[in-house]
Amino acid sequence: MAAVSAVLQSEWTKIRTVSSTVWTLASALLVTVAMGAALCALLQSTFDDLSEAERATFDPTFVSFSGMMLGQLAMVVFGVLVVGTEYSSGMIRTSLAAVPQRATFLFSKIAVAGALALVVGLATSFLSFFLGQALLGEHRTTLGADNVLRAVVGGGLYMGLIAVFSMGVAAMLRSSMLSLGILVPFFFLVSQILSAVPKAKEVARYFPDQAGSKIMQVVPDALNSEKAPYGPWGGLGIMLIWVAASLLGGYLVLKRRDA
Amino acid sequence: MGLWRMIEAVGLTKRYGAKTAVYNLSFHVRPGTVTGFLGPNGSGKSTTMRMILGLDRPTSGHVTIGGHPFRQLPNAPRQVGALLDAKAVHGGRSARSHLLSLAQLAGIPAQRVDEVLGVVGLQDVAKRRSKGFSLGMGQRLGIAAALLGDPQVLLFDEPVNGLDPEGILWVRNLMKKLAAEGRTVFVSSHLMSEMALTADHLIVIGRGQLLADMSVTDFISANSADFARVRTPQTEPQQREKLTAALIEAGGRVMSEPDGALRVTGVPLPRISDLAHDADVRLWELSPHQASLEEAYMRMTQGAVDYRSTEDQLAHLQQPQPQHGGYGTPPQQPVVPEVPQQGWYAPPPPGQNPYAAQAQSEPAQKPEDPR
Repeated sequence: MAAVSAVLQSEWTKIRTVSSTVWTLASALLVTVAMGAALCALLQSTFDDLSEAERATFDPTFVSFSGMMLGQLAMVVFGVLVVGTEYSSGMIRTSLAAVPQRATFLFSKIAVAGALALVVGLATSFLSFFLGQALLGEHRTTLGADNVLRAVVGGGLYMGLIAVFSMGVAAMLRSSMLSLGILVPFFFLVSQILSAVPKAKEVARYFPDQAGSKIMQVVPDALNSEKAPYGPWGGLGIMLIWVAASLLGGYLVLKRRDA
Repeated sequence: MGLWRMIEAVGLTKRYGAKTAVYNLSFHVRPGTVTGFLGPNGSGKSTTMRMILGLDRPTSGHVTIGGHPFRQLPNAPRQVGALLDAKAVHGGRSARSHLLSLAQLAGIPAQRVDEVLGVVGLQDVAKRRSKGFSLGMGQRLGIAAALLGDPQVLLFDEPVNGLDPEGILWVRNLMKKLAAEGRTVFVSSHLMSEMALTADHLIVIGRGQLLADMSVTDFISANSADFARVRTPQTEPQQREKLTAALIEAGGRVMSEPDGALRVTGVPLPRISDLAHDADVRLWELSPHQASLEEAYMRMTQGAVDYRSTEDQLAHLQQPQPQHGGYGTPPQQPVVPEVPQQGWYAPPPPGQNPYAAQAQSEPAQKPEDPR
């Protein structure tokens, strides 16, 4: 039985020795921070044009996270590639021949990659927050205000969980291309569009990204958005259920199928 | 489980849907020898290898290494090394990083990585991304990975594919050296000629079933058939016909080779000479031959080849050629059956090979021989 610590160490070597790790994580951070900063600057200059309701529910914290909508896609790519390249390269056979215990293999890999994604997610979230607040001028908030720290830490958790969810999906589908082809349009288009369609949004609010992003709101219905039947932690809980389901699915596929 | 059966397969069967890749395969592999695992493409060699390594689950039967199923081996990488697919490496990772990640799994020090890189001759490209590796370099990297844990059992799936002659010689000597050290070496190949030089023992499969399990020497003596090549003056075709008739009358079997020589079995050489003398036929050649190992192997597996090429007819691409043109040789009427092109080897010894017998009795199932 290969020791868990040995597998973790090996997975860390694997993850740090491919350039896709640096590229995807760096773009997740840069895209999120840059786009968040741009939107903060824009809102600062056009604050007076906002409707009465929007001004009343203005959430400076949430606004500084606007870039995550795009930045999360890089996290999805990171998560998918970490698992998917094992299959596309055929490395999975070498890996499983060395670690016959498939659960140890999969969960060690996901633990290492997930921890890395979480660290980068937290850095992204704090950077976005501070830069965004600096640009919001008089409308800014501070880390010490009610619930703000929860939202900023939550932003990091959200990024990390999106990556882990993607890893589970890639383990289920056993293909990077297929996983990206499903996840990217889902998070970028389907989820966003459905959340704006009457009726459909009742369902869409239980999607992992919709539910999970509630943790980043300090004002309950930020910017006059829809009321959700769950709170910030409830939303994160829903996202966690999605993540657990994808991991379980990925594990069962790996356990049952021939490599 | 004594030392005699390091790898043991019992009734191994693997089905993928309706297709049976491996059927009821039982064999064992002994330590201290190189055991060749032979079969045509698609005969189930790689599937069997994957089942040994616990990657594919057998539909029925089981296979053990040192008495344990692979998945239950304690610290498998230190006991079993395997090269399955040379290209099974993340192309963006350097050779050294790839090996390092594998070494860490088994608690092998990083020093050993540099050691095996030297053994396989990749030390100069160790830091380069494996994406740019040739197939031969990939094979070397795969062999390095197999050697990493200094394992007692080594599995190599087609290790010489893509290697240059120097590399092939190196692999051959490496296998022998590993076996001489008392390790169990199990090597698959579809090349009999390669195995004849490397292996001590052969396990031959075709269409997923065991065809032979014997030492190389036994395999040669059991499967090679002696024949005589007889050549009559090319200028006098009637002499050839006369001799053929005399030989058949004497109980021999005669086949024609493409260059006009005759292949004779069942009649000893001196008797052929006597018959020729009696028939007043001059001989330009009378030589004893033994079918090579390659021929024996092809005869054994000819009924078990999955992918068989047909002659390219080019029917719709070529203009019909005028019959009168040509190269000066009038079309010869074949008098005796020609050696089938596909089986360019001696006729099968009767009753030795079930596949050959089957092939003869069921000609309708075989693709038409172009000749």
